[in-house]
Amino acid sequence: MNWRETIRTGWDAVRAHRLRSGLTMLGILIGIAAVMLTVGLGQGAQATITSQINSLGSNLLVVTPGSTTGSNGVRGGAGTASTLTTADATALADRTVAPDVAAVAPTVQRSASLTAGTANWTTTVIGTVPDYAVVRARTLAEGRFLTAQDVAEHAPVVVLGSTTATELFGARSPLGRSVAVSGTPMTVVGVLAPAGSSAVQNQDDQAILPLPTAADRVIGGTARTAVQAIYLTAVSTEALPAAYQEVTAELLALHRVTDPANADFTITSQQAILDTATTITGALTAVLAGIAGISLLVGGIGVMNIMLVSITERIREIGLRKALGATPRVIRRQFLVEAGVLGLAGGIAGVILGVVAGALLSTAIGQPIVVSPTATLGAIVVSVGIGLVFGVYPASRAARLAPIDALRSE
Amino acid sequence: MSPVISLRGVGKTYKQGALEVEALHDVDVDIAEGEFVAIMGPSGSGKSTLMHVLGCLDVATTGTYTLAGMSVGAMDEEQLATIRNRRIGFVFQQFNLLASMPAWRNVELPLTYAGVGRAERKDRALAALERVGLADRAEHRPGQLSGGQQQRVAIARALVTEPALLLADEPTGNLDSASTADVLGLLAELHASGRTIVLITHEEDVAAAAERVLRILDGGIQHDSLAALS
Repeated sequence: MNWRETIRTGWDAVRAHRLRSGLTMLGILIGIAAVMLTVGLGQGAQATITSQINSLGSNLLVVTPGSTTGSNGVRGGAGTASTLTTADATALADRTVAPDVAAVAPTVQRSASLTAGTANWTTTVIGTVPDYAVVRARTLAEGRFLTAQDVAEHAPVVVLGSTTATELFGARSPLGRSVAVSGTPMTVVGVLAPAGSSAVQNQDDQAILPLPTAADRVIGGTARTAVQAIYLTAVSTEALPAAYQEVTAELLALHRVTDPANADFTITSQQAILDTATTITGALTAVLAGIAGISLLVGGIGVMNIMLVSITERIREIGLRKALGATPRVIRRQFLVEAGVLGLAGGIAGVILGVVAGALLSTAIGQPIVVSPTATLGAIVVSVGIGLVFGVYPASRAARLAPIDALRSE
Repeated sequence: MSPVISLRGVGKTYKQGALEVEALHDVDVDIAEGEFVAIMGPSGSGKSTLMHVLGCLDVATTGTYTLAGMSVGAMDEEQLATIRNRRIGFVFQQFNLLASMPAWRNVELPLTYAGVGRAERKDRALAALERVGLADRAEHRPGQLSGGQQQRVAIARALVTEPALLLADEPTGNLDSASTADVLGLLAELHASGRTIVLITHEEDVAAAAERVLRILDGGIQHDSLAALS
């Protein structure tokens, strides 16, 4: 009896008990669909986060003020001190000091209210330098970005994010118009092209000012040279570790810190953020898929259960087949294939449900659900495998039945 | 002519826990090609055990059994399955047809295990159905056939492999008298065309259809009508 015959016999047996087979498949179906959805959701989230982090700019390093150790030995938390200054940024921009750093953009930021005519909008005001556009990979929809001259002259100019521009000016072009930023009139010189929102902030809702202008007019206070973050880009991805080293060494020297463990700043690389995010979403996906996998296991036990019932019920059929010349091997194979067919059918139905539910769910919750062909194929292979694994015991029990006992039973 | 079936000193002992039950002891039988033999005996006489041994469904504990020139005693389960498939056609009291399949697919079942191709299987199954007069019922499922018709399908299934021996175990036990006559007539017809048939029964009038009767009692042959004649 060849494989095609065996598979046909298995399929016939599955079809002969439609309701029971359907219910058994349901177990596999739900398990497969659940695994596909959770893995798809995890992969979708990962893809979103990766693209968001990549949209921050490439080869990015972010220096933020770190903790300081007071004279009493008490260490403050990260960001408790404004230890970074414009002087640090200027030093890092020196090619002889940090040859692997391509661009440096110190930033200050604060939430402020913008007014244009009767329109009023509160947004994030960022004070920075022309290189900001480079390090954050921002392009302009219209007008120009900040210039070195704007920075040198403390010019009252502003570049708006696309959302901010729309909120303040509607469909009109904001170029050349005046916006009051915290009460100080500024001239709009450019509008950024949309970049989408990152996990950190909405990159399309912001107003960018020259750093000294922002320090004087928006941030105020005493430490006008303090910056909240310095964004740097390395000349290439390969140069990122070197740039990291150069920046660390230079800042330690500038801040007169001898022990790197006491550094009063923190450098985060984009890769580190990405790695962390990937690790978190990966772990989350694994946990969810594990839970979904348990339902798959339960489905497999369902297959075994129904196969055992089926064998008890069909003991006369088994006896007859043996009397007619089926060898134990053929019987074992028949029941294995039957279990495999149950798994396969459940798996295919589960994949279909997974794809359909994935499409519906992703529109419903606004999260992408990635169902890859590899995952689909894997799910089908796994469900056939589950059918086979849980079919082994029932099948060998059927194969071991003595023909006379099987025929004799009523 | 060498016999199709030759039993020499065959015995069969079952173990039921610590208890040993001797179902057959020291049975010598020869059945020649073309014979129609009825094996008779009350329940518990060992006739079922003899039928199982003859049908290669069970192996004798002592003695030798030669079927169509092959010694069955030393065979493993796989070889026994092949022997049953090639040499023996079974007819059971309960018909034992698979309810989910039409008649012709029930009939082709032994050919499936013999590895015969699909087209040839169907041809041979239909020919066997025609032989038992059910050519027009080939697509009917067992549930759509009368008891007598079902047993004829089972006989077609037993014939389809052209076996050396047709082994019928109480084939009329579940049939009314009309169907019984019908089935016995068919067996007589097959006998006339040269088939070797062994019929197990406990009914005198059924055994009367055979030309030779073996009476079994307490695990041994009590009376052989052939031996009595000679």
